[in-house]
Amino acid sequence: MTEGQCAAARPLDARRETIMVQIEGELDHCSAGRVRATLDALIADPHVKRLVVDLTKLTFMDSSGIGVMIGRYRQLARRGGTLAVRGVSPQVDRIFRMSGLYQIIEKCR
Amino acid sequence: MNKTNRMRLSFSSRPENESFARVAVSAFLVQLNPTLEEVSDVKTAVSEAVTNAIVHGYPHGADGEIRLTVTLAPGENTAEIEIADDGVGIENVEQAMQPFYTTQPEMERSGMGFSVMQSFMDELRVESAPGEGTRVVMKKRIA
Repeated sequence: MTEGQCAAARPLDARRETIMVQIEGELDHCSAGRVRATLDALIADPHVKRLVVDLTKLTFMDSSGIGVMIGRYRQLARRGGTLAVRGVSPQVDRIFRMSGLYQIIEKCR
Repeated sequence: MNKTNRMRLSFSSRPENESFARVAVSAFLVQLNPTLEEVSDVKTAVSEAVTNAIVHGYPHGADGEIRLTVTLAPGENTAEIEIADDGVGIENVEQAMQPFYTTQPEMERSGMGFSVMQSFMDELRVESAPGEGTRVVMKKRIA
């Protein structure tokens, strides 16, 4: 697998309490660890209360992505924060719906 | 083309091969003229099965072999995909297939792998026993 296919998380905007990040490429078990580490570094600041993940450039996701999202949600929820996603493709939307992720994660435009 | 067409691959149980398996299956599947959604469904299910073999069949990064067989039956418009390993096997298949059941919650495994396979494919069969590896057989009808 070429490096370019693996998912990479890139911060788009950071305003202390809200961070927007974009995940590009394919999010699977192989790339989940790196994406997890990037997102954790971004929300390590306890002042961060909201993480918005832009999935517009995510080309593939399997259930490994569910674990990544739930893990970040739990960290934020412990400090009263929230997690939101945007730009969800139909394939990813189906995985989010079947796993009940939208009960804890906001889907925004 | 109405004759059955089959391809077999064998690869190491390395995470880097998850993407390879998805791409190989989708490239072979093209012969049935699937929709993009059907290709996406199959890729997702294959990714889940291969990941299970890597993570659970050969735990802690153990070296092992994963065998992937795809059989296209153009006359029936179906693709049958088998993913087999010689790993540790599953003690209780029924329990393992329950949504959100995972033996590795600390690794942020969601326990949704088999549920995704069931949802994205038309048929799913799992054969396994402790010490005897696991064989996952999935079928997808291509409209």
